[in-house]
Amino acid sequence: MVRTSRPIRQPLTSTLVVNGVLAIAALYFLLPILWVLVAATKSPGELFSSFGLWFTDSPQAWQNITNVFTQDGGIFTSWVLNSILYSAAGALAATVLSAACGYAIAKFPFKGRELLFSIILGGVLVPATVIALPLYFLLNAVDLTGTYWSVLLPSMVSPFGVYLARIHANAAVPDEILEAARIDGAGDLRIFGAIAARMMTPALVTIFLFQFVTIWNNYLLPLVMLSETRTFPLTLGLTLWNSQTQRDPAFYQLVVTGSALSAILLVALMIGLQRFWKADLTAGATKG
Amino acid sequence: MSQTRAAGRIERPAAASTPSHGTPLTPATARAKPLRHSRGAVLVMVAPFAVMFAAFFIAPIVYAINDSLFSTKASGLGFGAPEKTFVLFDNYAAALGNASFRESLGRLLAFAAIEVPLMVVTAVALALLIDSASARLPRLFRVVFFIPYGVPGVIAALLWGFLYIPATSPILQILSSLGIDLNPLDTDSILFAIANIALWGFAGYNMLILIAALNAVPSELYEAAKIDGASEWAITWRIKLPLVRPSVILITVFTIIGTLQLFVEPLVLRPLTTAISSDYTPNLAAYNQSFSQGNPNLAAAMAVLVALLGFAFSFGFLRLVNRRGDRAW
Repeated sequence: MVRTSRPIRQPLTSTLVVNGVLAIAALYFLLPILWVLVAATKSPGELFSSFGLWFTDSPQAWQNITNVFTQDGGIFTSWVLNSILYSAAGALAATVLSAACGYAIAKFPFKGRELLFSIILGGVLVPATVIALPLYFLLNAVDLTGTYWSVLLPSMVSPFGVYLARIHANAAVPDEILEAARIDGAGDLRIFGAIAARMMTPALVTIFLFQFVTIWNNYLLPLVMLSETRTFPLTLGLTLWNSQTQRDPAFYQLVVTGSALSAILLVALMIGLQRFWKADLTAGATKG
Repeated sequence: MSQTRAAGRIERPAAASTPSHGTPLTPATARAKPLRHSRGAVLVMVAPFAVMFAAFFIAPIVYAINDSLFSTKASGLGFGAPEKTFVLFDNYAAALGNASFRESLGRLLAFAAIEVPLMVVTAVALALLIDSASARLPRLFRVVFFIPYGVPGVIAALLWGFLYIPATSPILQILSSLGIDLNPLDTDSILFAIANIALWGFAGYNMLILIAALNAVPSELYEAAKIDGASEWAITWRIKLPLVRPSVILITVFTIIGTLQLFVEPLVLRPLTTAISSDYTPNLAAYNQSFSQGNPNLAAAMAVLVALLGFAFSFGFLRLVNRRGDRAW
């Protein structure tokens, strides 16, 4: 499938144009990240008085990082840990829930299966904002707003995950193997847990990563649900600091260094997990 | 007993998923037996998701629609329980009768008109460039373009905010030294400034979906085309683009949905410019109605209107592309 042997001769002009455009695009995508990494080494004053893409004579990255971690009694650490908790726990639960549901929809012709799948697919198209506002009033009625659960529970539902799991179960888990396992006397749940889930691993990793990044990047849901700053994720925490810049310009540097740290964290994660991003799944989905 | 059970199960998948080969069974035998055996297992697998989906997707939507049909008024002097009265479409009429909400809807449509084509064209162009035979280091470029997807929209907006004000932006500083004075946060250009933030964040993600589709194209197709004397350009236009059409449609629908939710970017950029009002987008208006104006009923009507708009555009677009040529999905 992957074309490993590239033709040796390509016209020089086309090589230059293609790679020139790609290089410019790369600059564009890296620019804000390069800027924030440089800006994180500056003093609050230099932030506004020096050229944006180069270091000043007296870099103070360590000083800035220390400030970020000691501000407000080290609340930044809580925000990082909260973000990791919300994303990892939410994505893990979402993966298990949607894998089981997607697999069952793919492999068992139960009554109302297509209707259920259509409703779930419709869920992919519903804007998150339509859900977040009424969800606040619903969870408020059961006294869950302001708790970790108010962010965790809604994050555990991934309609897109069910969609991916169904497609992948159809493609990667042959019916013959399920039949063989049944003849050997294995129950349907055991077949799913021990055999099918293992064959669906690439899809499960993809569902986990999609949901992890979705929760990590989420802003509206925690904004609506949380009020206690100790429970904030990074996104909400950094905007809290940003809202104080009017009062005290020193917060600009905190926002910049905090953004740089969180960008480094996620970029490292993305590059490290790069080989697990199987977008092929989404592409395969549209061909069916 | 266990043997007949197993036998019953063996027949089912052949009838259910691949009716084309094997002996076709009558629907009755194909369905009845296996269902009886796996109903409990199916329930255990489907129910947890279904319950959560009902609680955190369906219930809020039902609540919002219901809420949008009522009006809450504090009774008397504000003491006692507020009174809820059924007002049918009054909240919708109030939302659409509000000039600033109508403006925000218009603004959202203008934004979508900029953002959707910009996003789709950029993603397609990047995917085709990386996939072209002339590209060096395609893997490196792929990673670099994808990185912004991991930066939360809020932080992306914060970073671009710094790049949009002359005091901190190296680009504006360079342009200014060349005699060009730009202000991306002007009323005239603010929508483009916001569109750029969304493009930066999601172009690489959409590109990845397209690259995956391109990788799935059998290489024999290209070989055959080359033997027939097709140029790289012709292969791109005549083979690659038509074959990834379903993926292009997919990312277009996702972009439409995402675009209509516009909320975070204007919220973050607002302190930097006077061009963004507190009701700049319908979602911001709904948020304000809900949490600072204390009118969740009106907010619900506004949110439902945005959702309806999203459905109308998504399905309208799908109908449009499905009418031309074959069905995409």
